[in-house]
Amino acid sequence: MAIKKKTKVKAEIPTSSMPDIIFMLLIFFMMTTVMREFEGLKVLLPQARKIEKVETKRHVAYIFVGRDGVISVDDKLIQVDDVRKVMYSKRVANPQLIVSLRADRNVMMGLISRIHNELREADALRLNYSATTAAY
Amino acid sequence: MLTKKRLKIKGEIPSASLSDIAFLLLVFFLLVSTIDQDKGMGFVLPGKGGEFKVNPKNITNVLVNAAGQVLMNDSEVQPRDISREAQRLLSQNPLMIFSVQTAENTKYQNYIDVIDQLKLANATRISIADTE
Repeated sequence: MAIKKKTKVKAEIPTSSMPDIIFMLLIFFMMTTVMREFEGLKVLLPQARKIEKVETKRHVAYIFVGRDGVISVDDKLIQVDDVRKVMYSKRVANPQLIVSLRADRNVMMGLISRIHNELREADALRLNYSATTAAY
Repeated sequence: MLTKKRLKIKGEIPSASLSDIAFLLLVFFLLVSTIDQDKGMGFVLPGKGGEFKVNPKNITNVLVNAAGQVLMNDSEVQPRDISREAQRLLSQNPLMIFSVQTAENTKYQNYIDVIDQLKLANATRISIADTE
């Protein structure tokens, strides 16, 4: 009899504290994740209607062109003539590179044209003009 | 005795619906949060040194001056009519290349407007000339 009684003992893991544990995990990850602050310059993007989403963020390199004509890549201010060098190294590292040009809508085209030429020199030909949706 | 018994009653908050509430919150935030996605106009630059002769018939010059006025094949076009005009040209000649040329101090927005209009007309062959 004594042996039979022993086999009846059920082994259960207490699950009543599971939500607590899940909450703890949730809070932990909420505290530790840092939302990536949007880097770059403050630009007022141009408006356009025929815009599409950039499929992947993995292959995208950003060039910021501020209103006063400053150019920033990877949080560093660079000269127009250095765009070629920077973009060429990026292009070598990632052949599928898409350059996202986040230029202010008030930038003069002379500068944009120079950036175009720099990108052509760097063989980074896939370009994306960052824009916001225009109201109809 | 009666009062003693009453004191022994434990007050508990029902926790059975806790996970439901947690899920509701989760779903709410999933729906509300939008991951800021990058949007823009795709464009492929011409390769370096790829200058080749094109039949002049297949080229439409689109000039944009500093004031944002647009000249298409030597006639002024209102910016919002570019798309219609481009569609007309494309229906005449599907191989039409639109060569966009801007002035040195044209605003970027005006240039984007022109490209946008050409894209709205489903023009695929867009080239950009150097600034004047």
